[in-house]
Amino acid sequence: MRLFLSLLAGSLFGAGLFVSGMTDTTKVQGWLDVFGAWDPTLAFVMGGAIIPMFFAWRLTEGRTPLVGGTFPTPPTPVLDHRLITGSALFGAGWGLAGLCPGPSIASLSYGGPGGFVFLAAMLVGMGAAPAIGTRLDRLAAAA
Amino acid sequence: MEQDWIWGLVGGGLIGVGGAVYLLGSGRIMGASGIIGGLVDGSGRNTALERMAFLLGVVVLPIVLMPLYAAGSVNTHLTDNWIVIIAAGLLVGVGTRIANGCTSGHGVCGISRFSLRGIVATVFYILAGGLTLAIFRHVLGVI
Repeated sequence: MRLFLSLLAGSLFGAGLFVSGMTDTTKVQGWLDVFGAWDPTLAFVMGGAIIPMFFAWRLTEGRTPLVGGTFPTPPTPVLDHRLITGSALFGAGWGLAGLCPGPSIASLSYGGPGGFVFLAAMLVGMGAAPAIGTRLDRLAAAA
Repeated sequence: MEQDWIWGLVGGGLIGVGGAVYLLGSGRIMGASGIIGGLVDGSGRNTALERMAFLLGVVVLPIVLMPLYAAGSVNTHLTDNWIVIIAAGLLVGVGTRIANGCTSGHGVCGISRFSLRGIVATVFYILAGGLTLAIFRHVLGVI
């Protein structure tokens, strides 16, 4: 059941990334390129995805997940240096290539060798992140 | 194209329904960077099979849908500048793991539950992406 639900969710996610055009880096960079030919598609994708998720969060109230257990705890309002620095680094990479983690996986079958190189670099970055995060914590504590 | 926003909305809806399945079914937040990152740093060892089932769906659905599109029309338009690809991949990998989320986790799943962290992360990665693109495309002319 858990495996099936994961596969189903991943399939919907992959299909959505594909039909929305979010695996096309020109559309993502087009959204970020306010000084060029601005492309609003990403806003529609975000909006289209947030609507079902809004109702899903409402449905979690007073219930438990289908497979049992508990729903994720309510979001903490804590804004720390990790959230800000991490998001800024992520955004810089996102702007450079026009790929974020989901689309980098979804486009593997048609992204050419560059797609695999991007994925490999992303995995290296993810592997290095815990150590870099600890350094940032130390810097933040010293500042 | 004029219909891009419609497909953006449709694709976004599919992404959101995928996130709803993952939340209401499995009780988890559908964040691509978290699902992948947990496999890289070992933090998701207990749920490795589920994570792989999810990623399988993300990879396979575009392959299934591809024949519906005109040959050659599906393209990531990823840059062929290897330095840019590798730098971008590293930044995306490190950044998403330090911020603990990317476009799907902080963006789609966070904003839809009015999470302050999700909203702030999204503002920062979009600003960083826009700024990076502006500098590297319009000032330096390298992407």
